[in-house]
Amino acid sequence: MGGVHPADKKITAAKPITPLAVPQTVAIPCAMHIGAPAEIIVQKGDKVKVGQLIAKATGFVSANIHSSVSGTVKNIGPVADASGYTKQAVFITVEGDEWDESIDRSPDIKRNIDDLKPEDIINKVHEAGIVGMGGATFPTRVKLMVPEGKKADAVLINAVECEPYLTADHRVMLEKGEELMIGTQLLMKAVKCDRAYIGIEQNKPDAIEYLTKLSANYPGITVVPLKLKYPQGSEKHLIKAILGREVPPPPHLPIDVGAVVDNAGTAVAVYEAVMKNKPLFERVVTVTGDSVKNPGNFLVRIGTPISALIEAVGGMPEDTEKLISGGPMMGKAINSLEIPVAKGTSGILMLPKSLAHRGEPAACIRCGKCVDACPMGLEPYLLSKLAKLKRFDDLEANHITDCISCGCCMFACPSNRPILDYMNFGKGKVMAIIRSRKK
Amino acid sequence: MDNVIVISILILGGIAILAAVILYVIARKFKVEEDPRIDQVAECLPGANCGGCGYAGCRNFAEACVKDFNGKVCTAGGNDVMKKVAEVLGVEAVAADAKIAVVRCRGSKDCRPKTSNYEGAKTCAIASATYGGETGCSFGCIGLGDCESVCQFGAIKINHETGLPEVNDEKCTGCGACVKACPKVVIELRKKAPKFRKVFVSCINKDKGAVAKKACSSACIGCGKCAKTCPFEAITVENNVAYIDFNKCKMCRKCVEQCPTGAIKEENFPPRKPKTEDAAAPAKAEQTAAQPNPEKKSENQ
Amino acid sequence: MSNLLTISPSPHAKGKETVSSLMFGVLMALVPAFLFSLYFFGIGALITTLVSVGFCVLFEWLIAKYILKTKPQICDGSAILTGVLLAFNLPSNINPFIVMIGALVAIGVAKMTFGGLGQNLFNPALVGRVFLLISFPQQMTTWPKPIENRLNYLDAVTGATPMSFMKPRPEIDHSALDAIQPVDMLMGAMGGSLGEIAALALIIGGIYMIWRKIITWHIPVSIIATVAIFTSLVWLIDPTMCVNPLYHLLGGGLLLGAIFMATDYVTSPMSDKGKLIYGVGIGLLTVIIRLWGSYPEGMSFAILLMNAVTPLINKKFKPTRFGETKTK
Repeated sequence: MGGVHPADKKITAAKPITPLAVPQTVAIPCAMHIGAPAEIIVQKGDKVKVGQLIAKATGFVSANIHSSVSGTVKNIGPVADASGYTKQAVFITVEGDEWDESIDRSPDIKRNIDDLKPEDIINKVHEAGIVGMGGATFPTRVKLMVPEGKKADAVLINAVECEPYLTADHRVMLEKGEELMIGTQLLMKAVKCDRAYIGIEQNKPDAIEYLTKLSANYPGITVVPLKLKYPQGSEKHLIKAILGREVPPPPHLPIDVGAVVDNAGTAVAVYEAVMKNKPLFERVVTVTGDSVKNPGNFLVRIGTPISALIEAVGGMPEDTEKLISGGPMMGKAINSLEIPVAKGTSGILMLPKSLAHRGEPAACIRCGKCVDACPMGLEPYLLSKLAKLKRFDDLEANHITDCISCGCCMFACPSNRPILDYMNFGKGKVMAIIRSRKK
Repeated sequence: MDNVIVISILILGGIAILAAVILYVIARKFKVEEDPRIDQVAECLPGANCGGCGYAGCRNFAEACVKDFNGKVCTAGGNDVMKKVAEVLGVEAVAADAKIAVVRCRGSKDCRPKTSNYEGAKTCAIASATYGGETGCSFGCIGLGDCESVCQFGAIKINHETGLPEVNDEKCTGCGACVKACPKVVIELRKKAPKFRKVFVSCINKDKGAVAKKACSSACIGCGKCAKTCPFEAITVENNVAYIDFNKCKMCRKCVEQCPTGAIKEENFPPRKPKTEDAAAPAKAEQTAAQPNPEKKSENQ
Repeated sequence: MSNLLTISPSPHAKGKETVSSLMFGVLMALVPAFLFSLYFFGIGALITTLVSVGFCVLFEWLIAKYILKTKPQICDGSAILTGVLLAFNLPSNINPFIVMIGALVAIGVAKMTFGGLGQNLFNPALVGRVFLLISFPQQMTTWPKPIENRLNYLDAVTGATPMSFMKPRPEIDHSALDAIQPVDMLMGAMGGSLGEIAALALIIGGIYMIWRKIITWHIPVSIIATVAIFTSLVWLIDPTMCVNPLYHLLGGGLLLGAIFMATDYVTSPMSDKGKLIYGVGIGLLTVIIRLWGSYPEGMSFAILLMNAVTPLINKKFKPTRFGETKTK
């Protein structure tokens, strides 16, 4: 049901992950995850080391934040993030690169997980501030704490990477395959289940082959090649493709069908946190675009300004008219190069003029292509119209809250109508109405 | 032949009588008893269904008034209308301050350089949910005209030269629909003064002075000069932006002269006399400050 | 960086289809049928089609510009498509003034009155056709004989279509029917409206549209299957009422209607379920009109009737919501 087939454009699939030079200053926002912003615990003038805790989680759904560099806290102030609005951030002037002593920086792979208890793993994940690294940035600890009365029977590793252009997860699988496997084992242990599936789209045959070979040594882990289709990497569609179960409509969660889904990058981060004591302060970012000189995959410290990444690929091409944080289907267009890389930044995409603009919207011809494309079985043409008319009751009755904002409807629309713009607006309003009703 | 005519008349007449009886019975049976005063009150109201009163439409407001008149105000109609309503209901009207909308942003295309182009759906609500705005200022007017489209009175229109909405003072009823529609809360309802005179801080940028100034040349930088100048303590500076309390403001316009960026705006005052010596200015200001006062009082009574 | 960056909400990628690419795709799919028509009806087919398209485009432009005061959207190809479909539903020897009236009704009444593209309730070409059928029954139901009239236009020798032999009125004209081979019906060597004769060409067009994903299979297949099943049943029960179902499938406007007219985006339902219901409805109504109605052909009426039901179908038959199929 539904889905579209955008052009693949994985230009950087063969580019190995290169560590990016540590910038001179970083700005680490304290709201890089879904949930309550972390509370800053350092002050201006404090000396910090790489991996030192600088902001503490403030609620159940929240995450710790660690310094990604060593140096002096220059300032605590607002920084614009990808949303265009400012958020509190810690600005650090970099001095050297001194890591916290507790971090194991040796290249050896630690395999022995037998002594660990599930609680240990979950605590480590929480301490290390790990969030979903596919882009949604939902704190991983919350996912691992299976609510009472429910049981997880499979861990799914989301290595689909169905967004065009992005190759960060693909490279992680190829270069950190062992770590991914051990991370997956840790996740299985944390949620107390004995099987895991790694879902990979068929456009990454090398990763499928490599991980299948590795999985022979890791009982319970199966690699599942998946059909090429956007949004195969949506949590619910991944569960359906692998387990054949459909997550019932909201407020139901994947755990209701016994599944815990984590991104491939997250699994590697879990390995590093638990086995190497390394908190989440750097991530792999794909920097790409059709006319970019040297696109590539980089290991970047959180808080590095995007301008540093763009320099690393040979500058922004002349014809760039749109800069996107994330992939082209669900990423956010940004308007400043000073925006820092956050925990959820999976890619930086520079679109040339020919791809940067939307077509002029025309009348809806009721062709039903959006209905065919919608992976959630909604009627986008109707929902966008209702949202425009602000008929929020009708929107709720037509299940607007099911929408996953994947963008298939607009991708398929021959009239260039801003369907999803209106749907997101309507969804936001309806969610607020539902929340206020609960109070 | 005659028979046919007679029969037709009989049949048609019979149908007509039957239908009339059915209609009568139904009208009787399903009649809704309604307070006749609701209709009378509704007749007094402007009938624009603007929603400024907090009810879905004028009729709903009329029903609410009939139930309990206390504290109800038709924002669009103002005191005149409420007086009429009070007459219908036989109670005493309590006068409320008439309000008028002001646009608290002067970031026209000239003084607020664009930093990006917006290409999504053309409404402020969606644009503001997407990002801060096309300029460096994430507080100011977006200019896509949500206010214009909700105004039932045609009183607020986007000026395409400046990209900012302008309020038509004659038409504005102070219903507040635009205030609710504006996602940035740029529009504010302020107390209506005689001759539609207004003095207000036309900026809500909470960024620090340097940042605000860089984004927009007529931004309030929160310097506080106005607050120091104000003889009536009507001005407060909070979060790097000044605000004039309309209940305290006597419209002396001293602050307007002090503002280094021109963020404080005066409207509908007679043109100032060409600049004489500095010493003359305060004296002049005091004069104008004293003048509107009696007028205002008389209106409130 | 010389240019300002553009900001918009996601998605930032867009599929290749546009309104005009879809409309011209349908026109491409109509080309084979048009070629067959040129072969059988010659100059008359060409003139009627050109007149119809010309007037449809002209009326759309005039109405948009001077009455609705909007920017005319001729380039999207929808007016051209309406013109071609209207012509395909007319006999090839029809007077151009009648075509003009048809175009005016199709564009002026059925489309622009409702607000233009995307707003109309009924298929414009069919409204035009049905209007002409009722207003000019004589001209609309005399069809030129194929091949021999290639060079004749208004003075073409006319003959009946298989549809009139099939009508049990009072009984089916079997001797006339036997003279027509199913292969002739497949290739189009018979009397009829200029676009409906060549079943093969229409099927090729339909397959092309499904392959290009311009339409889905639901509507054509459900109509054809319904007609096939319904006529087979009647035929098996009482052969004096109904001829071999093959004649019903290949004769008249059934394929043109099922593939090109009923699948019109604006007037057909949205969801797959809805499309199936709509197709079954058209099939049933078509057969009922053909066998028991006073007209020999029922396709246009059936489609228009189901057009009227489309909003209700849209309301009742929603697509299957994700997660609702297997609720635990």
